[in-house]
Amino acid sequence: MERVSRNGEASQLLDFVAKEREWLMKRLQEQRRGPPPPEDKALELKLGPPGDADQSNKDFTMNYILEKDESLLSLGYFNGGNQAQAQNFAPYLQFSPSISRTQLPVLAKDISSETMDLQNNNDAEKKKAFLAASAATAATTAVPNSSQKRTAPAPVVGWPPLRTFRKNLASSDGHGKPAPKTHQNMVSSKIVSEKPAESSGKGLFVKMNMDGVPIGRKVDLNAYDSYQKLSAAVDELFRGLLAAQRDSSGCDIKNTQEEEKPITGLLDGRGDYTLVYEDYEGDRMLVGDVPWHMFISTVKRLRVLKSSEISVLSAGGQKQDKT
Amino acid sequence: MNYFPDEVIEHVFDFVTSNKDRNTISLVCKSWYRIEKFSRQRVFIGNCYAISPERLIGRFPGVKSLTLKGKPHFADFNLVPHDWGGFVYPWIEALARSRVNLEELRMKRMVVTDDALELISRAFVNFKTLVLVSCEGFTTDGLAAIAANCRFLRELDLQENEVEDHRGQWLNCFPESCTSLVSLNFACLKGDINLAALERLVARSPNLKSLKLSRAVPLDTLQKILVRAPQLVDLGVGSFVHDPESETYSKLLTAIEKCKSMRSLSGFLEVAAYCLPAIYPICSSLTSLNLSYAPGIPGSELTKLIRQCRKLQRLWILDCIGDKGLGVVASSCKDLQELRVFPSDPYGVGNAAVTEEGLVAISKGCPKLNSLLYFCQQMTNAALQTVAQNCPNFIRFRLCILDPTKPDSSTDQPLDEGFGAIVQSCKGLRRLSLSGLLTDQVFSFIGKFAEQLEMLSIAFAGNSDKGMLYVLTGCKKIRKLEIRDCPFGNIALLTDVGKYETMRSLWMSSCDVTLGGCKTLAKKMPRLNVEIINENEEMEECIDDRQKVEKMYLYRTLVGPRKDAPEHVWTL
Repeated sequence: MERVSRNGEASQLLDFVAKEREWLMKRLQEQRRGPPPPEDKALELKLGPPGDADQSNKDFTMNYILEKDESLLSLGYFNGGNQAQAQNFAPYLQFSPSISRTQLPVLAKDISSETMDLQNNNDAEKKKAFLAASAATAATTAVPNSSQKRTAPAPVVGWPPLRTFRKNLASSDGHGKPAPKTHQNMVSSKIVSEKPAESSGKGLFVKMNMDGVPIGRKVDLNAYDSYQKLSAAVDELFRGLLAAQRDSSGCDIKNTQEEEKPITGLLDGRGDYTLVYEDYEGDRMLVGDVPWHMFISTVKRLRVLKSSEISVLSAGGQKQDKT
Repeated sequence: MNYFPDEVIEHVFDFVTSNKDRNTISLVCKSWYRIEKFSRQRVFIGNCYAISPERLIGRFPGVKSLTLKGKPHFADFNLVPHDWGGFVYPWIEALARSRVNLEELRMKRMVVTDDALELISRAFVNFKTLVLVSCEGFTTDGLAAIAANCRFLRELDLQENEVEDHRGQWLNCFPESCTSLVSLNFACLKGDINLAALERLVARSPNLKSLKLSRAVPLDTLQKILVRAPQLVDLGVGSFVHDPESETYSKLLTAIEKCKSMRSLSGFLEVAAYCLPAIYPICSSLTSLNLSYAPGIPGSELTKLIRQCRKLQRLWILDCIGDKGLGVVASSCKDLQELRVFPSDPYGVGNAAVTEEGLVAISKGCPKLNSLLYFCQQMTNAALQTVAQNCPNFIRFRLCILDPTKPDSSTDQPLDEGFGAIVQSCKGLRRLSLSGLLTDQVFSFIGKFAEQLEMLSIAFAGNSDKGMLYVLTGCKKIRKLEIRDCPFGNIALLTDVGKYETMRSLWMSSCDVTLGGCKTLAKKMPRLNVEIINENEEMEECIDDRQKVEKMYLYRTLVGPRKDAPEHVWTL
């Protein structure tokens, strides 16, 4: 049984070995990154259920890296039926070494940065990075009561292997035609989990909300072919509503017919408001970075935020709430 | 046998329908070769670049029914550039020039232009059957030509094609004299349909057995159509939304009850769950049900429906049915042979998804299951082993775990053992798609046990060249191998170059093969086309043999490198 000491180890190799039913896996940590922060290490734990018949038959043993993290035992991810938790955990296995080995150095870098790297990574390392990252993303979701969203795997071209029209199925509205009035309630309370973007094949409708305006709008993005046009549309849709809010907030008593101020500078940060969007992973992104057609394919909803708030957000780190 | 006149021998050969057997017959002697050659009517060409139209016509001048396949399978998932190839026009032109009496044409993943369709409609007087699957490049104008000119058209079947819809009146183009339609499928069309023309067409087609409508056809038209065509066996519903209290809806109920021959239902491209009870009367005789295009039907409604379909042999469904719903399928559909479960939310984290539990339940309840396509959140080795034990008859087994490198969700081990159990138990397995965390070990199992395997799809799997080598050396009958994002390199590619002439094709993308390796292969094997696809424009400047190749597609061919490849596709 090989003990793996974690303290200040410069590098441990993470190997995958298939030899009949024996496994060897050791962990590689790059020197420059050093040992991961303690909380991340906790997440990398893999524990074998004591006395599990299957496991012992397979003739390997597993190690704790950190003795103190016995609390993780109680999370019970090895109960076969406990799927909600079972899918969250990362495989970092420690086995007794066997002599021959085929090497697959899987880089276990810092977990959070690994997830980020993966999303921008397009070269051949992708596969290996994916291995670690899927573990990584799984690991991050293991933290209980985490405000982090449950992460879907980073988008890979051609995965899952689905024809294009099947990919859009989830967001296409099954009730494109107006339902008869008697059944409106049934229609509106679709049991399928709510999808913000509806695409009826003729329009790509996304929700748009503006700070300070309680009522949102729906926008057909297919009606525009550029960010300029979208920006103009935002102004058109919300100018009145915003002015109405200002009126009703009661600060200006004397003149109820206050001039409606145009909403400008949405895209360049110069205006009072800035346009952001949420993509299919729930991340908030500034509108305008990518080509329009790429934006269209990833946008799920739009938000018009106060520009002052944006700087607060970037100073304080990523806001995790997904409303 | 040689004392019989040719006509007698030919008559005997008529009873031999399998192409494999006919190929064998032609090897017996020259006279049999000759007789068989002139009497062969059905030809299947799995790769349109493996042979040329001229050689086809020379070899089988009497061909009446032709099947052509173009792009590699991974084109379905956007891994192949649009202009890669697979143009059918040269084939049509050659066949027309040689006055081949073509009656049936079936194409898959080919580029079909309006010109090609027009030429088909004019050149082949007895043209009867046109089936296009996953094709592109044509518009409704081409369809209009087919409708207008093919006087004996029996089958027009468009499955999942990309058709530019000119909103013309192509349905109107079927002349009044056209009464021969047996099968009409235009479900993939996006534009408006002339509903009156459709109704008239159905009314004058007494032989119509299969009709699949597009989303633009509303429920009230469906009702009228069913009244005209109660003999339908196979129906694809377009839109299925209506007020259940209306007269139209009750008329629909009456019409459906009269459809005693209905065996197969699909479509529901737009559907309201509360309308589904209308089809309950025919559920008990359905053998095939495809609800995989219908989002938004809650699992409970799906199960209510499926409970009544006790004769179901084929079921395509979305994963919102859930594991529980699959349990209902397992207890209700004892004759189930083919199951496909598609993800309703491929990028989400799947509240509605299915897991290994659903699959295990199905395997327990449906022992006749032989074909599976299953998209799920997670899988375990134990589940796969159970499935393998319960269902030894698998011919097609395709598992797609949405997170492609996910290990066994209960033990965190790779899924090698699970897939190993499948290949070991299912001796007739012909097609396999893998996913999840997998090492070289799974390939060792495949090479050892999957003796009948013809098609294998691999993604994000394996550790080393050994993996691919296990497959190439072990699977004697492998014909199509497609690999993406695996650490297989030149050693795997070049160890047994002769193998590729026994296969139809090999696809490798984002693997470790280098340009040099591919060049070596191309040099050694002149009867292979080794194509390199480079969509990265920067490649031009720094072409280095040591560079890894983004996408490689190789296939055996008798006609050398093709001349219609676009710029970024190089044939080495």
